[in-house]
Amino acid sequence: MKYMLLIYNRPGFLEELTEDERTALFGEVDAIMRELTESGELVGGQALADPAQTRTVRLRDGLPAVTDGPFLESREVFAGYIAVDCETPERAAEIAARWPDVRFGGAMEVRPIMDDAGTEM
Amino acid sequence: MSTGPSPEDLRALAPRVLGALARRHGQFDACEDAVQEALLAAATQWPAEGVPANSYGWLLTVATRRLTDQWRSESARRDREAAVAAEAERLAPAVDERPADADDTLTLLFLCCHPALTPSSQIALTLRAVGGLTTAEIARAFLVPEATMAQRISRAKQRIKASGARFEPPPPAERDRRLAAVLHALYLVFNEGYTASGGAELHRAELTAEALRLTRDLHRLLPGDGEVTGLLALMLLTDARRAARTAPGGALVPLAEQDRGRWDRAAIDEGLALIADALTWSPPGPYQLQAAIAAVHAEAPDAAATDWPQILALYRLLAHLAPNPMVTLNQAVAAAMVHGPQAGLDLLRPLEEDERTAGHHRLAAVRAHLLERAGDHAAARAAYREAARRTTSLPERRYLEAKASEGTR
Repeated sequence: MKYMLLIYNRPGFLEELTEDERTALFGEVDAIMRELTESGELVGGQALADPAQTRTVRLRDGLPAVTDGPFLESREVFAGYIAVDCETPERAAEIAARWPDVRFGGAMEVRPIMDDAGTEM
Repeated sequence: MSTGPSPEDLRALAPRVLGALARRHGQFDACEDAVQEALLAAATQWPAEGVPANSYGWLLTVATRRLTDQWRSESARRDREAAVAAEAERLAPAVDERPADADDTLTLLFLCCHPALTPSSQIALTLRAVGGLTTAEIARAFLVPEATMAQRISRAKQRIKASGARFEPPPPAERDRRLAAVLHALYLVFNEGYTASGGAELHRAELTAEALRLTRDLHRLLPGDGEVTGLLALMLLTDARRAARTAPGGALVPLAEQDRGRWDRAAIDEGLALIADALTWSPPGPYQLQAAIAAVHAEAPDAAATDWPQILALYRLLAHLAPNPMVTLNQAVAAAMVHGPQAGLDLLRPLEEDERTAGHHRLAAVRAHLLERAGDHAAARAAYREAARRTTSLPERRYLEAKASEGTR
Protein backbone atom coordinates (compact mmCIF):
# COMPACT_ATOMS: atom_id res chain seq x y z
CA MET A 1 0.00 0.00 0.00
CA LYS A 2 1.35 3.39 -0.98
CA TYR A 3 1.13 6.41 1.27
CA MET A 4 2.09 10.01 0.87
CA LEU A 5 3.49 11.61 3.99
CA LEU A 6 2.75 15.32 3.74
CA ILE A 7 5.15 17.54 5.62
CA TYR A 8 3.74 20.73 7.16
CA ASN A 9 5.98 23.17 8.94
CA ARG A 10 6.30 26.80 9.87
CA PRO A 11 8.25 28.72 7.24
CA GLY A 12 11.50 30.02 8.63
CA PHE A 13 11.69 27.65 11.60
CA LEU A 14 15.02 26.35 10.34
CA GLU A 15 16.59 29.81 10.54
CA GLU A 16 15.80 29.97 14.27
CA LEU A 17 17.85 26.84 14.95
CA THR A 18 21.56 26.77 15.71
CA GLU A 19 23.90 25.42 13.06
CA ASP A 20 24.36 22.24 15.10
CA GLU A 21 20.62 21.74 15.40
CA ARG A 22 20.18 22.21 11.66
CA THR A 23 22.95 19.74 10.93
CA ALA A 24 21.38 17.24 13.31
CA LEU A 25 17.98 17.73 11.68
CA PHE A 26 19.25 17.18 8.15
CA GLY A 27 21.19 14.18 9.43
CA GLU A 28 17.99 12.68 10.78
CA VAL A 29 16.23 13.18 7.46
CA ASP A 30 19.16 11.60 5.62
CA ALA A 31 19.08 8.64 7.98
CA ILE A 32 15.36 8.06 7.46
CA MET A 33 15.72 8.38 3.69
CA ARG A 34 18.63 5.95 3.72
CA GLU A 35 16.64 3.47 5.78
CA LEU A 36 13.64 3.73 3.43
CA THR A 37 15.90 3.28 0.41
CA GLU A 38 17.53 0.22 1.92
CA SER A 39 14.23 -1.32 2.95
CA GLY A 40 12.79 -0.88 -0.53
CA GLU A 41 9.93 1.26 0.76
CA LEU A 42 10.84 4.62 -0.77
CA VAL A 43 8.77 5.60 -3.80
CA GLY A 44 9.72 9.26 -4.05
CA GLY A 45 9.74 12.63 -2.41
CA GLN A 46 10.16 16.32 -3.07
CA ALA A 47 10.76 19.42 -1.00
CA LEU A 48 8.98 22.64 -1.95
CA ALA A 49 10.46 26.13 -2.17
CA ASP A 50 9.53 28.80 0.35
CA PRO A 51 5.83 29.77 0.20
CA ALA A 52 6.90 33.29 -0.74
CA GLN A 53 7.57 31.89 -4.21
CA THR A 54 4.03 30.54 -4.59
CA ARG A 55 1.70 31.68 -7.33
CA THR A 56 -1.97 30.82 -7.05
CA VAL A 57 -4.41 30.34 -9.92
CA ARG A 58 -8.06 31.08 -9.24
CA LEU A 59 -11.14 31.86 -11.24
CA ARG A 60 -11.85 35.59 -11.51
CA ASP A 61 -14.65 36.94 -13.69
CA GLY A 62 -15.00 33.49 -15.24
CA LEU A 63 -11.33 33.22 -16.18
CA PRO A 64 -8.32 31.69 -14.42
CA ALA A 65 -6.20 34.48 -12.92
CA VAL A 66 -2.72 34.19 -11.43
CA THR A 67 -1.83 36.00 -8.22
CA ASP A 68 1.35 36.00 -6.13
CA GLY A 69 1.21 34.25 -2.77
CA PRO A 70 -0.30 31.07 -1.37
CA PHE A 71 -3.93 29.98 -1.60
CA LEU A 72 -4.28 29.77 2.15
CA GLU A 73 -2.56 32.07 4.62
CA SER A 74 -1.60 29.90 7.57
CA ARG A 75 1.06 29.42 10.18
CA GLU A 76 1.96 25.95 8.91
CA VAL A 77 2.47 25.38 5.21
CA PHE A 78 2.83 22.36 3.00
CA ALA A 79 6.60 22.02 2.67
CA GLY A 80 7.08 18.75 0.80
CA TYR A 81 6.27 15.07 0.79
CA ILE A 82 7.73 11.62 0.76
CA ALA A 83 5.90 8.71 -0.86
CA VAL A 84 6.39 5.23 0.61
CA ASP A 85 5.18 1.74 -0.18
CA CYS A 86 4.63 -0.03 3.17
CA GLU A 87 3.22 -3.30 4.40
CA THR A 88 0.89 -1.61 6.90
CA PRO A 89 -0.63 1.81 7.65
CA GLU A 90 1.00 1.58 11.07
CA ARG A 91 4.42 1.44 9.45
CA ALA A 92 3.63 4.56 7.40
CA ALA A 93 2.60 6.40 10.57
CA GLU A 94 5.75 5.23 12.32
CA ILE A 95 7.89 6.77 9.57
CA ALA A 96 5.94 10.01 9.84
CA ALA A 97 6.35 10.09 13.62
CA ARG A 98 10.12 10.14 13.21
CA TRP A 99 10.16 13.06 10.79
CA PRO A 100 12.02 15.86 12.67
CA ASP A 101 9.68 18.69 11.60
CA VAL A 102 7.11 17.23 14.00
CA ARG A 103 9.36 18.05 16.95
CA PHE A 104 9.61 21.67 15.83
CA GLY A 105 5.91 22.41 15.81
CA GLY A 106 5.20 20.98 12.36
CA ALA A 107 2.85 18.14 11.46
CA MET A 108 2.81 15.15 9.17
CA GLU A 109 -0.27 13.92 7.36
CA VAL A 110 -0.29 10.25 6.34
CA ARG A 111 -2.60 9.75 3.39
CA PRO A 112 -3.22 6.63 1.30
CA ILE A 113 -2.48 7.06 -2.40
CA MET A 114 -5.32 6.11 -4.71
CA ASP A 115 -4.78 3.10 -6.92
CA ASP A 116 -5.76 2.74 -10.57
CA ALA A 117 -6.74 -0.87 -9.96
CA GLY A 118 -10.07 -1.95 -8.56
CA THR A 119 -12.38 -4.89 -7.99
CA GLU A 120 -15.83 -5.00 -9.52
CA MET A 121 -18.47 -5.22 -6.80
CA MET B 1 19.96 -17.58 -37.14
CA SER B 2 16.44 -17.35 -35.91
CA THR B 3 14.63 -14.29 -34.67
CA GLY B 4 14.89 -13.36 -31.00
CA PRO B 5 13.30 -15.53 -28.34
CA SER B 6 9.97 -14.46 -26.97
CA PRO B 7 10.23 -13.05 -23.44
CA GLU B 8 8.17 -16.07 -22.33
CA ASP B 9 10.76 -18.52 -23.68
CA LEU B 10 13.54 -16.69 -21.94
CA ARG B 11 11.60 -16.43 -18.69
CA ALA B 12 10.79 -20.13 -18.75
CA LEU B 13 14.51 -20.93 -18.80
CA ALA B 14 15.25 -18.75 -15.77
CA PRO B 15 14.30 -21.18 -12.98
CA ARG B 16 16.01 -24.09 -14.74
CA VAL B 17 19.29 -22.23 -15.03
CA LEU B 18 19.05 -20.86 -11.50
CA GLY B 19 18.12 -24.30 -10.17
CA ALA B 20 21.15 -25.89 -11.81
CA LEU B 21 23.48 -23.23 -10.43
CA ALA B 22 22.03 -23.11 -6.94
CA ARG B 23 21.93 -26.89 -6.64
CA ARG B 24 25.63 -26.97 -7.47
CA HIS B 25 26.67 -24.03 -5.46
CA GLY B 26 24.03 -23.39 -2.82
CA GLN B 27 24.69 -19.68 -2.61
CA PHE B 28 21.22 -18.68 -3.72
CA ASP B 29 21.66 -14.90 -3.61
CA ALA B 30 24.82 -14.83 -5.71
CA CYS B 31 23.42 -17.41 -8.16
CA GLU B 32 20.23 -15.40 -8.55
CA ASP B 33 22.20 -12.27 -9.43
CA ALA B 34 24.28 -14.22 -11.93
CA VAL B 35 21.21 -15.66 -13.67
CA GLN B 36 19.60 -12.24 -13.81
CA GLU B 37 22.71 -10.87 -15.51
CA ALA B 38 22.71 -13.78 -17.97
CA LEU B 39 19.05 -13.11 -18.81
CA LEU B 40 19.81 -9.44 -19.42
CA ALA B 41 22.74 -10.42 -21.63
CA ALA B 42 20.49 -12.76 -23.61
CA ALA B 43 17.83 -10.10 -23.99
CA THR B 44 20.34 -7.75 -25.60
CA GLN B 45 22.56 -10.23 -27.50
CA TRP B 46 20.13 -12.77 -28.89
CA PRO B 47 18.03 -10.39 -30.99
CA ALA B 48 21.24 -9.09 -32.61
CA GLU B 49 23.30 -12.28 -32.84
CA GLY B 50 20.61 -14.90 -33.10
CA VAL B 51 19.32 -17.40 -30.57
CA PRO B 52 21.94 -20.04 -29.73
CA ALA B 53 20.99 -23.62 -30.58
CA ASN B 54 21.23 -24.59 -26.91
CA SER B 55 19.82 -21.51 -25.22
CA TYR B 56 19.71 -23.24 -21.82
CA GLY B 57 23.40 -24.10 -22.12
CA TRP B 58 24.23 -20.57 -23.24
CA LEU B 59 22.49 -19.04 -20.22
CA LEU B 60 24.08 -21.53 -17.86
CA THR B 61 27.55 -20.80 -19.24
CA VAL B 62 27.11 -17.05 -19.02
CA ALA B 63 25.59 -17.23 -15.54
CA THR B 64 28.41 -19.47 -14.35
CA ARG B 65 30.97 -17.07 -15.77
CA ARG B 66 29.31 -14.16 -13.96
CA LEU B 67 29.33 -16.14 -10.76
CA THR B 68 32.99 -17.00 -11.04
CA ASP B 69 33.82 -13.41 -11.98
CA GLN B 70 32.09 -12.29 -8.84
CA TRP B 71 33.92 -14.88 -6.80
CA ARG B 72 37.20 -13.91 -8.31
CA SER B 73 36.78 -10.20 -7.56
CA GLU B 74 35.73 -10.98 -4.01
CA SER B 75 38.60 -13.30 -3.49
CA ALA B 76 41.11 -10.90 -5.01
CA ARG B 77 40.54 -8.84 -1.95
CA ARG B 78 41.20 -11.84 0.19
CA ASP B 79 44.07 -12.99 -1.98
CA ARG B 80 42.73 -16.45 -2.54
CA GLU B 81 42.91 -16.69 -6.32
CA ALA B 82 43.97 -20.29 -6.47
CA ALA B 83 41.29 -21.60 -4.19
CA VAL B 84 38.67 -19.80 -6.21
CA ALA B 85 39.87 -21.08 -9.55
CA ALA B 86 39.46 -24.58 -8.20
CA GLU B 87 36.04 -23.71 -6.84
CA ALA B 88 35.04 -22.30 -10.22
CA GLU B 89 35.92 -25.61 -11.84
CA ARG B 90 33.86 -27.46 -9.29
CA LEU B 91 30.79 -25.29 -9.51
CA ALA B 92 30.55 -25.02 -13.28
CA PRO B 93 27.85 -27.50 -14.22
CA ALA B 94 28.26 -29.31 -17.52
CA VAL B 95 26.17 -27.52 -20.11
CA ASP B 96 24.79 -30.74 -21.51
CA GLU B 97 23.72 -31.95 -18.08
CA ARG B 98 20.02 -32.68 -17.96
CA PRO B 99 18.45 -30.15 -15.62
CA ALA B 100 16.55 -31.50 -12.63
CA ASP B 101 13.91 -29.11 -13.85
CA ALA B 102 10.89 -30.07 -11.79
CA ASP B 103 12.43 -30.31 -8.35
CA ASP B 104 14.51 -27.20 -8.86
CA THR B 105 11.57 -25.01 -9.79
CA LEU B 106 9.65 -26.24 -6.80
CA THR B 107 12.59 -25.71 -4.46
CA LEU B 108 13.00 -22.19 -5.86
CA LEU B 109 9.34 -21.39 -5.23
CA PHE B 110 9.60 -22.60 -1.64
CA LEU B 111 12.73 -20.54 -1.11
CA CYS B 112 11.30 -17.35 -2.64
CA CYS B 113 8.16 -17.64 -0.51
CA HIS B 114 10.18 -18.20 2.65
CA PRO B 115 8.30 -17.29 5.86
CA ALA B 116 11.08 -14.84 6.84
CA LEU B 117 9.89 -12.57 4.00
CA THR B 118 6.95 -10.20 3.82
CA PRO B 119 4.36 -11.04 1.15
CA SER B 120 5.49 -8.16 -1.08
CA SER B 121 9.09 -9.38 -0.93
CA GLN B 122 8.01 -12.96 -1.62
CA ILE B 123 6.17 -11.76 -4.71
CA ALA B 124 9.04 -9.65 -6.01
CA LEU B 125 11.59 -12.40 -5.52
CA THR B 126 9.34 -15.09 -7.03
CA LEU B 127 8.76 -13.00 -10.13
CA ARG B 128 12.47 -12.46 -10.60
CA ALA B 129 13.98 -15.81 -9.60
CA VAL B 130 11.25 -18.14 -10.84
CA GLY B 131 9.42 -15.91 -13.29
CA GLY B 132 12.59 -14.63 -14.93
CA LEU B 133 11.31 -11.04 -15.01
CA THR B 134 13.82 -8.23 -14.80
CA THR B 135 13.85 -5.87 -11.85
CA ALA B 136 12.73 -3.07 -14.19
CA GLU B 137 9.71 -5.11 -15.32
CA ILE B 138 8.71 -5.93 -11.75
CA ALA B 139 9.18 -2.31 -10.67
CA ARG B 140 6.96 -1.09 -13.54
CA ALA B 141 4.30 -3.62 -12.63
CA PHE B 142 4.23 -2.47 -9.01
CA LEU B 143 4.58 1.22 -9.85
CA VAL B 144 7.70 1.82 -7.80
CA PRO B 145 11.13 3.08 -8.90
CA GLU B 146 13.49 0.39 -10.18
CA ALA B 147 16.01 1.17 -7.43
CA THR B 148 13.32 0.56 -4.81
CA MET B 149 12.43 -2.81 -6.29
CA ALA B 150 16.11 -3.75 -6.63
CA GLN B 151 16.59 -2.95 -2.96
CA ARG B 152 13.50 -4.95 -1.98
CA ILE B 153 14.77 -8.00 -3.87
CA SER B 154 18.29 -7.74 -2.54
CA ARG B 155 17.01 -7.38 1.00
CA ALA B 156 14.74 -10.40 0.54
CA LYS B 157 17.75 -12.45 -0.51
CA GLN B 158 19.74 -11.20 2.48
CA ARG B 159 16.93 -12.29 4.76
CA ILE B 160 16.81 -15.74 3.23
CA LYS B 161 20.54 -16.02 3.68
CA ALA B 162 20.32 -14.79 7.29
CA SER B 163 17.54 -17.29 8.04
CA GLY B 164 19.97 -20.06 7.16
CA ALA B 165 17.64 -21.46 4.49
CA ARG B 166 19.38 -23.63 1.91
CA PHE B 167 18.59 -24.58 -1.64
CA GLU B 168 16.66 -27.68 -0.71
CA PRO B 169 13.00 -28.63 -0.26
CA PRO B 170 11.42 -27.70 3.10
CA PRO B 171 11.27 -30.44 5.74
CA PRO B 172 8.17 -32.67 5.33
CA ALA B 173 6.59 -31.31 8.51
CA GLU B 174 6.67 -27.78 7.07
CA ARG B 175 5.80 -28.63 3.50
CA ASP B 176 2.04 -27.96 3.58
CA ARG B 177 2.44 -24.61 5.27
CA ARG B 178 5.19 -23.62 2.85
CA LEU B 179 3.14 -24.69 -0.16
CA ALA B 180 0.25 -22.58 1.17
CA ALA B 181 2.61 -19.58 1.23
CA VAL B 182 3.61 -20.26 -2.38
CA LEU B 183 -0.03 -20.47 -3.46
CA HIS B 184 -0.85 -17.29 -1.59
CA ALA B 185 2.00 -15.41 -3.27
CA LEU B 186 0.88 -16.59 -6.72
CA TYR B 187 -2.69 -15.62 -5.86
CA LEU B 188 -1.52 -12.11 -4.86
CA VAL B 189 0.43 -11.74 -8.11
CA PHE B 190 -2.66 -12.75 -10.05
CA ASN B 191 -4.90 -10.31 -8.19
CA GLU B 192 -2.43 -7.49 -8.59
CA GLY B 193 -2.65 -7.95 -12.35
CA TYR B 194 -6.33 -8.79 -12.59
CA THR B 195 -7.53 -5.69 -10.77
CA ALA B 196 -5.40 -3.42 -12.97
CA SER B 197 -7.58 -1.73 -15.53
CA GLY B 198 -5.45 -1.67 -18.68
CA GLY B 199 -4.18 1.38 -20.52
CA ALA B 200 -1.48 2.91 -18.35
CA GLU B 201 -1.84 -0.17 -16.19
CA LEU B 202 -0.75 -2.53 -18.94
CA HIS B 203 2.52 -3.54 -17.32
CA ARG B 204 0.68 -4.44 -14.21
CA ALA B 205 -1.95 -6.43 -16.12
CA GLU B 206 0.82 -8.68 -17.42
CA LEU B 207 1.17 -10.01 -13.90
CA THR B 208 -2.00 -12.02 -14.47
CA ALA B 209 -0.34 -13.91 -17.31
CA GLU B 210 2.78 -14.42 -15.19
CA ALA B 211 0.75 -15.78 -12.26
CA LEU B 212 -1.11 -18.13 -14.61
CA ARG B 213 2.12 -19.31 -16.19
CA LEU B 214 3.78 -20.01 -12.83
CA THR B 215 0.67 -21.70 -11.44
CA ARG B 216 0.44 -23.85 -14.56
CA ASP B 217 4.07 -24.86 -13.99
CA LEU B 218 3.32 -25.67 -10.39
CA HIS B 219 0.29 -27.71 -11.43
CA ARG B 220 2.45 -29.61 -13.91
CA LEU B 221 4.89 -30.38 -11.07
CA LEU B 222 2.21 -31.26 -8.51
CA PRO B 223 -0.74 -32.61 -10.52
CA GLY B 224 -2.00 -34.51 -7.48
CA ASP B 225 -2.43 -31.44 -5.26
CA GLY B 226 -6.07 -30.37 -5.13
CA GLU B 227 -5.33 -26.84 -3.92
CA VAL B 228 -2.81 -26.18 -6.69
CA THR B 229 -5.42 -27.38 -9.18
CA GLY B 230 -8.03 -25.27 -7.40
CA LEU B 231 -5.90 -22.14 -7.62
CA LEU B 232 -5.23 -22.67 -11.32
CA ALA B 233 -8.95 -23.18 -11.94
CA LEU B 234 -9.80 -20.09 -9.88
CA MET B 235 -7.36 -17.97 -11.88
CA LEU B 236 -8.69 -19.26 -15.21
CA LEU B 237 -12.34 -18.76 -14.26
CA THR B 238 -11.64 -15.27 -12.92
CA ASP B 239 -9.41 -14.17 -15.78
CA ALA B 240 -12.08 -15.36 -18.23
CA ARG B 241 -14.17 -12.34 -17.17
CA ARG B 242 -11.42 -9.81 -17.81
CA ALA B 243 -12.79 -8.36 -21.07
CA ALA B 244 -16.25 -7.90 -19.55
CA ARG B 245 -15.25 -6.43 -16.19
CA THR B 246 -14.56 -2.90 -17.41
CA ALA B 247 -16.55 -0.67 -19.74
CA PRO B 248 -14.81 1.37 -22.43
CA GLY B 249 -13.24 4.21 -20.44
CA GLY B 250 -12.30 1.94 -17.57
CA ALA B 251 -15.50 1.98 -15.45
CA LEU B 252 -16.01 -1.22 -13.46
CA VAL B 253 -18.91 -3.46 -14.49
CA PRO B 254 -20.36 -5.57 -11.66
CA LEU B 255 -20.64 -9.32 -12.26
CA ALA B 256 -24.43 -9.20 -12.59
CA GLU B 257 -24.23 -6.62 -15.39
CA GLN B 258 -21.36 -8.11 -17.37
CA ASP B 259 -21.87 -9.11 -21.00
CA ARG B 260 -21.28 -12.85 -20.62
CA GLY B 261 -20.78 -13.18 -24.36
CA ARG B 262 -17.43 -11.49 -23.79
CA TRP B 263 -16.27 -14.05 -21.26
CA ASP B 264 -13.42 -16.23 -22.51
CA ARG B 265 -15.06 -19.63 -23.17
CA ALA B 266 -11.78 -21.51 -23.60
CA ALA B 267 -10.51 -20.35 -20.20
CA ILE B 268 -13.87 -21.16 -18.61
CA ASP B 269 -13.94 -24.65 -20.12
CA GLU B 270 -10.42 -25.35 -18.91
CA GLY B 271 -11.18 -24.00 -15.43
CA LEU B 272 -14.44 -25.94 -15.18
CA ALA B 273 -12.77 -29.20 -16.21
CA LEU B 274 -9.93 -28.69 -13.70
CA ILE B 275 -12.13 -27.94 -10.72
CA ALA B 276 -14.76 -30.60 -11.52
CA ASP B 277 -11.98 -33.16 -11.68
CA ALA B 278 -10.15 -32.00 -8.54
CA LEU B 279 -13.29 -32.12 -6.42
CA THR B 280 -13.71 -35.84 -7.24
CA TRP B 281 -10.37 -36.86 -5.72
CA SER B 282 -9.15 -34.11 -3.41
CA PRO B 283 -10.47 -33.04 -0.02
CA PRO B 284 -11.91 -29.55 -0.60
CA GLY B 285 -9.69 -26.62 0.31
CA PRO B 286 -10.16 -22.83 0.14
CA TYR B 287 -8.89 -22.40 -3.44
CA GLN B 288 -10.99 -25.29 -4.71
CA LEU B 289 -14.09 -23.85 -3.05
CA GLN B 290 -13.45 -20.39 -4.48
CA ALA B 291 -12.95 -21.99 -7.88
CA ALA B 292 -16.19 -23.94 -7.44
CA ILE B 293 -18.01 -20.68 -6.67
CA ALA B 294 -16.48 -19.05 -9.76
CA ALA B 295 -17.56 -22.13 -11.71
CA VAL B 296 -21.19 -21.72 -10.63
CA HIS B 297 -21.10 -18.11 -11.89
CA ALA B 298 -19.41 -19.21 -15.11
CA GLU B 299 -22.04 -21.86 -15.79
CA ALA B 300 -24.98 -19.44 -15.52
CA PRO B 301 -26.04 -18.24 -19.00
CA ASP B 302 -27.17 -14.94 -17.41
CA ALA B 303 -27.05 -13.39 -13.94
CA ALA B 304 -30.69 -14.28 -13.19
CA ALA B 305 -29.97 -17.97 -13.83
CA THR B 306 -27.21 -18.06 -11.15
CA ASP B 307 -27.58 -21.01 -8.78
CA TRP B 308 -27.38 -18.92 -5.59
CA PRO B 309 -28.35 -21.74 -3.18
CA GLN B 310 -25.34 -23.65 -4.49
CA ILE B 311 -23.09 -20.59 -4.06
CA LEU B 312 -24.39 -20.01 -0.54
CA ALA B 313 -23.67 -23.65 0.37
CA LEU B 314 -20.13 -23.30 -0.97
CA TYR B 315 -19.53 -20.08 0.99
CA ARG B 316 -20.79 -21.78 4.17
CA LEU B 317 -18.30 -24.55 3.62
CA LEU B 318 -15.56 -22.03 2.90
CA ALA B 319 -16.43 -20.02 6.04
CA HIS B 320 -16.21 -23.24 8.03
CA LEU B 321 -12.90 -24.32 6.47
CA ALA B 322 -11.16 -20.95 6.35
CA PRO B 323 -13.06 -18.40 8.47
CA ASN B 324 -12.35 -14.88 7.26
CA PRO B 325 -14.43 -11.69 7.37
CA MET B 326 -14.14 -11.26 3.58
CA VAL B 327 -15.71 -14.68 3.13
CA THR B 328 -18.55 -13.68 5.47
CA LEU B 329 -19.04 -10.57 3.37
CA ASN B 330 -19.48 -12.63 0.20
CA GLN B 331 -21.60 -15.13 2.07
CA ALA B 332 -23.92 -12.26 3.05
CA VAL B 333 -24.43 -11.38 -0.62
CA ALA B 334 -25.27 -15.00 -1.42
CA ALA B 335 -27.59 -15.26 1.59
CA ALA B 336 -29.41 -12.14 0.42
CA MET B 337 -29.88 -13.65 -3.03
CA VAL B 338 -31.36 -16.83 -1.52
CA HIS B 339 -33.26 -15.61 1.55
CA GLY B 340 -33.75 -11.91 0.85
CA PRO B 341 -31.73 -8.79 1.74
CA GLN B 342 -32.48 -8.90 5.47
CA ALA B 343 -30.75 -12.28 5.79
CA GLY B 344 -27.66 -10.71 4.23
CA LEU B 345 -27.80 -7.61 6.44
CA ASP B 346 -28.03 -9.84 9.52
CA LEU B 347 -24.79 -11.55 8.53
CA LEU B 348 -23.06 -8.17 8.20
CA ARG B 349 -23.77 -7.13 11.78
CA PRO B 350 -20.85 -8.95 13.44
CA LEU B 351 -18.53 -7.51 10.79
CA GLU B 352 -19.47 -3.97 11.83
CA GLU B 353 -17.91 -4.76 15.21
CA ASP B 354 -14.92 -6.68 13.86
CA GLU B 355 -11.97 -4.29 13.81
CA ARG B 356 -10.59 -6.02 10.69
CA THR B 357 -13.66 -5.00 8.69
CA ALA B 358 -15.47 -2.22 10.57
CA GLY B 359 -14.01 0.60 8.47
CA HIS B 360 -13.54 -1.39 5.29
CA HIS B 361 -15.08 0.01 2.11
CA ARG B 362 -16.21 -3.46 0.96
CA LEU B 363 -18.40 -3.82 4.04
CA ALA B 364 -20.03 -0.45 3.37
CA ALA B 365 -20.45 -1.33 -0.31
CA VAL B 366 -22.13 -4.66 0.43
CA ARG B 367 -24.37 -3.02 3.04
CA ALA B 368 -25.30 -0.37 0.47
CA HIS B 369 -26.09 -3.02 -2.11
CA LEU B 370 -28.30 -4.98 0.30
CA LEU B 371 -30.09 -1.84 1.55
CA GLU B 372 -30.77 -0.93 -2.06
CA ARG B 373 -32.29 -4.34 -2.65
CA ALA B 374 -34.34 -3.95 0.50
CA GLY B 375 -35.75 -0.72 -0.93
CA ASP B 376 -34.17 1.58 1.68
CA HIS B 377 -32.71 3.96 -0.89
CA ALA B 378 -31.74 6.77 1.47
CA ALA B 379 -29.71 4.44 3.70
CA ALA B 380 -28.25 2.75 0.61
CA ARG B 381 -27.03 6.08 -0.75
CA ALA B 382 -25.44 6.95 2.58
CA ALA B 383 -23.67 3.58 2.67
CA TYR B 384 -22.47 3.99 -0.94
CA ARG B 385 -21.11 7.43 -0.02
CA GLU B 386 -19.32 5.92 2.97
CA ALA B 387 -17.85 3.17 0.78
CA ALA B 388 -16.73 5.75 -1.80
CA ARG B 389 -14.90 7.71 0.89
CA ARG B 390 -13.20 4.61 2.25
CA THR B 391 -11.89 2.96 -0.91
CA THR B 392 -8.40 3.75 -2.15
CA SER B 393 -9.18 2.56 -5.68
CA LEU B 394 -10.04 5.20 -8.29
CA PRO B 395 -12.34 3.00 -10.41
CA GLU B 396 -14.12 1.71 -7.29
CA ARG B 397 -14.62 5.25 -6.02
CA ARG B 398 -16.03 6.24 -9.38
CA TYR B 399 -18.46 3.31 -9.35
CA LEU B 400 -19.51 3.93 -5.74
CA GLU B 401 -19.99 7.67 -6.28
CA ALA B 402 -22.22 6.93 -9.26
CA LYS B 403 -24.28 4.53 -7.14
CA ALA B 404 -24.48 7.11 -4.33
CA SER B 405 -25.93 9.73 -6.65
CA GLU B 406 -28.30 7.33 -8.44
CA GLY B 407 -31.90 8.53 -8.18
CA THR B 408 -30.94 11.80 -6.52
CA ARG B 409 -30.98 13.71 -9.78
